[in-house]
Amino acid sequence: MAQKTYSGKTLEVTNEGYLVNQADWSKEVAADMAKEIGMELTPKHYEVLEYLRKENATGIPLTIRKVGKSGIVDIKGLYDLFPGGPLKFSSKLAGIPKPVSCV
Amino acid sequence: MRQIVILGAGTAGTMMANKLYKSLNSGEWRITVVDQHKTHYYQPGFLFIPFGIYKKEDVIKPKADFIPSGVNLIFSSIDRIEANSNKVFLEGGKVLNYDYLIIASGTKTCPEETPGMKDKLWYKEIFDFYTIDGALALQNFFKYWEGGKLVMAITELPYKCPVAPLEFVFLADAYFTEKGIRDKVDITYVTPMSGAFTKPIATKMLSELLKEKNIKVVPDFYIEHIDNDEKKIVSYDNQEIDFDVLTIVPMNMGDKMIERSGLGDDMNFVPTNKETLRSDAFENIFVLGDASNIPTSKAGSVAHFAAEILFENLMSAIEGRPLYAKFDGHANCYIETGFGKGALIDFNYTTEPLPGTFPLPGIGPFGLLENTKMNHYGKVMFRWIYWHILLKGKELPVEPLMSMAGKKTVN
Ligand SMILES: Cc1cc2nc3c(=O)[nH]c(=O)nc-3n(C[C@H](O)[C@H](O)[C@H](O)COP(=O)(O)OP(=O)(O)OC[C@H]3O[C@@H](n4cnc5c(N)ncnc54)[C@H](O)[C@@H]3O)c2cc1C
Repeated sequence: MAQKTYSGKTLEVTNEGYLVNQADWSKEVAADMAKEIGMELTPKHYEVLEYLRKENATGIPLTIRKVGKSGIVDIKGLYDLFPGGPLKFSSKLAGIPKPVSCV
Repeated sequence: MRQIVILGAGTAGTMMANKLYKSLNSGEWRITVVDQHKTHYYQPGFLFIPFGIYKKEDVIKPKADFIPSGVNLIFSSIDRIEANSNKVFLEGGKVLNYDYLIIASGTKTCPEETPGMKDKLWYKEIFDFYTIDGALALQNFFKYWEGGKLVMAITELPYKCPVAPLEFVFLADAYFTEKGIRDKVDITYVTPMSGAFTKPIATKMLSELLKEKNIKVVPDFYIEHIDNDEKKIVSYDNQEIDFDVLTIVPMNMGDKMIERSGLGDDMNFVPTNKETLRSDAFENIFVLGDASNIPTSKAGSVAHFAAEILFENLMSAIEGRPLYAKFDGHANCYIETGFGKGALIDFNYTTEPLPGTFPLPGIGPFGLLENTKMNHYGKVMFRWIYWHILLKGKELPVEPLMSMAGKKTVN
């Protein structure tokens, strides 16, 4: 485990930088995390993050395909918003655990 | 008479029919199984067909041979389930009423979901080996192939038997080595996952093996379409990989019947309680095998372990007791690695595959996460076990819930 300072608070994160406590999340935390990887969040980003948080709460594993069908963005759009890690980066910024692709 | 209807007579449905028939009073219960096909395919055998190790005859047997004669076996397409009225509609209008329903309709490949997959190169230079037709077409192709770029790509998660594409590239390495043309064959493994496997310790072991065998891995590659003219796969973020022959795991989805019944998620898998194996939506519907959405491997071994739990819970439901048996997601997979060797992984929802030994009374131990000859024999034996023990719903000398015996924890 590690610690990071986001939005002026010291928060616990996993070794890969995912929030340990989902309740620590706020829009400001997301914005700070995004800055770290050189990203600026737009309202569209936040719309995706809110969707991920809501879906994650249902306990059903998230997939890129599912987000692509959400009506918020299509898959290409998701890649454009979160280049290089559509589901990994977006999950991190949404303050939810690293997506587990089921085996 | 009370009715139990089982949809699908594949690995899971056949197992369940046998288990239930043995335990339920035949004067009180009528068990009906429905499937569209008369032939049972030993799907794990498809892997060996492209390399000429198995023939078609090695992987097929009549379904009816494995269903007890006291069970009502119907060959028909299932149109839909009407869960509110406890009815199943078959193609042609026949209706089955049930008290309890077991959905075991599996998953199937959907090449039409990816643009350019089922196009002019399909079964010419693009193949799947998840169907008997694809596996046979590929066998024919490999016989005369003189080398080039072989790309093994996975389209989407989840897909059944997550180790099969890895085994495929290991076996391809051995096959082309034995043919004397390995230096002319460039093998690349393309996956939407971040590594060769999802669980870190197994990924490490498998990555080393891939490297040793000179197989390239391209992770995080999510296929958007296949370009048949330029012979390349293109990802959503515009990466491209050229191929001379593409072997692919098409998108896996539950049967359309699930969608027509309004019982599936966006990939037609049935939302199922991962511990009790009961459908989330209806108390008298249980789900076994690949058809469910439980977060573990879609594999025959999982269906086997889950069958014991489902059986206990179904008995509890019938007797009006709470469902106390809890499935842990136990999976146990032999990984064929070529040249007469194999690896074995054993894991569940919460414990990732660990190294150590796997004790199998009378036969084992097998080395976990180790490349050994013994594990290869495990895989070879699996076909015999499948036809003679697994399908018949008999006990294997392996506990349904995962055990830590022999496993070494890794820090
Ligand atoms: C290449 C390959 C290698 C594999 N290797 C292994 C391995 O080494 N170890 C392992 O444990 N597992 C392995 N598996 C996975 C294993 O074969 C499956 O997980 C297992 O067969 C699942 O059983 P099931 O009963 O859920 O589905 P299936 O066995 O696929 O059965 C589903 C049945 O439902 C019927 N059905 C579906 N819809 C309808 C409808 N509408 N009307 C009528 N009938 C319908 C189908 O005809 C089918 O018979 C492998 C699979 C493949 C493809």
